[in-house]
Amino acid sequence: MDYFIELFFSGLTRGSIYALIALGYTMVYGIIGLINFAHGEIYMIGAFTAFIVATVLSIYGFPLFSIVIIAGLAAVVWSSSYGYTIEKIAYKPLRHAPRLSPLISAIGMSIFLQNYVLLAQTSDFLPFPTLIPDWEFMEPIAHIVGTTDLAILVTTVMVMVLLTVVIKFTKIGKAMRATAQDRMMATLVGINVNNVISATFIVGSALAAIGGLLIASHIGQINFYIGFIAGIKAFTAAVLGGIGSIPGAVLGSFVLGLTESFATGYVSSDYEDVFAFSLLVLILIFKPSGLLGKATNQKV
Amino acid sequence: MKQSILQVTGLTMDFGGIRALNSLDLDVKSGEIVALIGPNGAGKTTFFNCITGIYTPTAGDIFLTPPDSSKKISLKGLKPNQVTEKGLARTFQNIRLFAKMTVLENVMIGRHCRTKAFVFGAIFRTAATRKEEKSIIETSYAILEKLGLAEFANEFADNLPYGAQRRLEIARALATEPLLLLLDEPAAGMNPQETIALDKLIKKISLDGQAILLIEHDMQLVMSLSDRIFVMDYGKKIAQGTPAEIRENPVVIKAYLGEEVDA
Amino acid sequence: MVSLKELKKGLLTSLWFVFLTFPIIVIKVDPIQRTVIWRWQNALYMALGTFGIYLLVKYYQHRKENQPSRPKNTEQTESFLHGILQKPLQRKILVGVVATIAVLFPHFFSTYQTNVMTTALMYVVLGLGLNIVVGLAGLLDLGFVAFYAVGAYTYALLNLHFGLGFWTVLPIGGLIAAMFGVLLGFPVLRLRGDYLAIVTLGFGEIIRLILENWGKFSKGPSGISNISRPGFLGMEFSLEQSILYTYYLMILFVIITIFVVNRLQDSRLGRAWIALREDEIACQAMGIDKRKTKLVAFSLGAFWAGIVGVMFAAKTTFINPASFTFLESAIILSIVVLGGMGSIIGVVFGALILILMPEYLRALSEYRMLAFGGILVCMMIFRPQGLISNIRRTYRFEKKPQ
Repeated sequence: MDYFIELFFSGLTRGSIYALIALGYTMVYGIIGLINFAHGEIYMIGAFTAFIVATVLSIYGFPLFSIVIIAGLAAVVWSSSYGYTIEKIAYKPLRHAPRLSPLISAIGMSIFLQNYVLLAQTSDFLPFPTLIPDWEFMEPIAHIVGTTDLAILVTTVMVMVLLTVVIKFTKIGKAMRATAQDRMMATLVGINVNNVISATFIVGSALAAIGGLLIASHIGQINFYIGFIAGIKAFTAAVLGGIGSIPGAVLGSFVLGLTESFATGYVSSDYEDVFAFSLLVLILIFKPSGLLGKATNQKV
Repeated sequence: MKQSILQVTGLTMDFGGIRALNSLDLDVKSGEIVALIGPNGAGKTTFFNCITGIYTPTAGDIFLTPPDSSKKISLKGLKPNQVTEKGLARTFQNIRLFAKMTVLENVMIGRHCRTKAFVFGAIFRTAATRKEEKSIIETSYAILEKLGLAEFANEFADNLPYGAQRRLEIARALATEPLLLLLDEPAAGMNPQETIALDKLIKKISLDGQAILLIEHDMQLVMSLSDRIFVMDYGKKIAQGTPAEIRENPVVIKAYLGEEVDA
Repeated sequence: MVSLKELKKGLLTSLWFVFLTFPIIVIKVDPIQRTVIWRWQNALYMALGTFGIYLLVKYYQHRKENQPSRPKNTEQTESFLHGILQKPLQRKILVGVVATIAVLFPHFFSTYQTNVMTTALMYVVLGLGLNIVVGLAGLLDLGFVAFYAVGAYTYALLNLHFGLGFWTVLPIGGLIAAMFGVLLGFPVLRLRGDYLAIVTLGFGEIIRLILENWGKFSKGPSGISNISRPGFLGMEFSLEQSILYTYYLMILFVIITIFVVNRLQDSRLGRAWIALREDEIACQAMGIDKRKTKLVAFSLGAFWAGIVGVMFAAKTTFINPASFTFLESAIILSIVVLGGMGSIIGVVFGALILILMPEYLRALSEYRMLAFGGILVCMMIFRPQGLISNIRRTYRFEKKPQ
């Protein structure tokens, strides 16, 4: 039973991380209908920024608490800046281009960013500093659920609540929902669509950065390639839940996380990624609109 | 009495809870020009999409009868390409040409379902393929000449003037050798001169015995062309008859002008 | 001229990029030794670089605005090439020159360079294969490498277990890859463009992961070695002769591929592909069976990838799953996009440029993938039609006597 609970929690942890990344995919898709292939790289850059800042600060002897705050902030700030810049460079000029053009551009951006980090940093795996110490009160259940697992879950829930508040109640959140429904109409009622799109990229990137920071401190190592796999999986999660739907992305992420966790725990860990990819292929074939998505009819 | 080519009975289409078409009956006889009119949103294009297989209707029957036989072919549930193969070709309200292909190639695409060369034939260019290809080009060019598009044959379709693009849509549909030609607002966006030319063109096509069903908003054009007119409103047929009858029909006037008319 | 306002904006842009890239390019930490290296010079390069690029883009934009006829320039060089290709005599001369260079190449260059050229030619064929799928039919296939892998492993395994030779397996490899193409194509081809792209990517990764993890079947990450080189009527070749032979074989493949693709794209089927790419709904309304047409494109592309896979296994005599990553698919896609989607000469040029350039500019080879990524983005923004855009065949008619 302990093993089951352990796998369950590990699935929830995975799911949380996927959810943080999947939200960026789903929000961008909801607003401009683009699969932002470079989103995984944003997450990777978030992890790298956190790694660099945290390591520098710890070398210079800052206290742990301040390191966590500063590294987290740095990851969020830089990832958001990257998200914002990438949209301006690679997607905005292609807003009226044929559908495949921005996707190819996104793939190019993804390859570019991976190799940019590879060249400027290293291809080796880097040890990520421990940002979350093992709390003492966790001691009795530490063999089932670790402190980082708990921290990830709590952070994710907090972020989700915050995001819901932003989208439901703030002005920019309302503008986002309006733009997602009908961009032309949103423009006509005076919403600056360019700003909304930028804001979407910034929010999505910030979430991915938090995901990057959490997973890096959980797994304990990073390299330039982590964004690719995580990106694909989070995308799978977003599609599973119904791309464009925010609750769908969260639900899909937890389903995917739990599936992976149980499959690797009870079947085989060699095929971890095969499970995820097969799930993606199967969903798209049998239920392309996902768990919570709506099927759309093409207008003729 | 001429034979019916297209017979639609009880055609109904629901989108979610909305009934876009409500038990619609319509028929087109061979060699006829029939118009389908109605206010915006009456369900005219939905009707076209249903009979051409783009939507699957919720209920009702669609039958096509080739003039040389009495066998009815059911079109319900067929895919769009199969419907075209059976003999129903259409144009689109918002022009949908193959922009990066030449005008001639656009028409040649229409010949696709009447020809059969495939991978093997294409690679080895067998005698049969060459002959077929030659006939495709000749037939397509003849259609272009007939519709006054021959001068543009080697231009990209998206470089054509607007009126010519509309005509190319018709040319492309004609190339499939349809039993019935469906025109979805062929005069939309045309200026008066172009509309007059279109009027002549459709009459010319009709002279060859081509049956035509068209959706159109330009009443002058409709009245000049049609043998019979069907009028739709809110997904229902509200009237049918000759142009003269429709002009006098109080229900139609009410639907268009929204006035209370004592019948 | 660039105005003062623009200079200011350029300065701000370059400052923004310095800020953006600061943690990644300036700081380098060594977590084990616990040292920090501050590479300030990189920030300076970044500032100057982005400022320069900004001015260049602005200059280009100004030129475009002030001289509306100017941008035609690029099209002129292009139509010059097209012009040559359309005149029969000049076309023959050009083909003759290219053929002579191709035949004599190994005699003027070293074995190593011949080998490199063979690799480049393999990418020409791969590019032309993917061009059927992406360029003509408009289906973005990001898992093309899967079919390449299927071909390579078909040969490696049949050679290993049954000792089958190159020529026997060549068609088998192609057919099995095509079969995989159909197998994947059946369920996924009704998906919309971008979903199709992701599913094919997933499929490509599944194939690679299976090859990596199913050790009993594929020997896992360590791969299969000692694969037989291509033979010829049972003759024994020295290594050098074999490389030469493979080179000529590849030239032959390129010629056959160009011939076939050329015929396909001007056929009834080729027209249907292009129509499908331009407008699916109109295409169906014209009586074209969407599924069947897509499936044929997909499996033909896969067939070509399978053939090149067999060729690749025979040429290198060693294969492992690491040769079939997503990046390989991305390279082949870059070739098609750079060359010009749907254009045969474009794809040939694209492959030669992208494969040979990093080979000969050693300094660049490190930046190769960076450049691939950059090229994809820049091409989409500045020249989506590629280096050499596709020309459609034109037909001449004589007025019939009335």
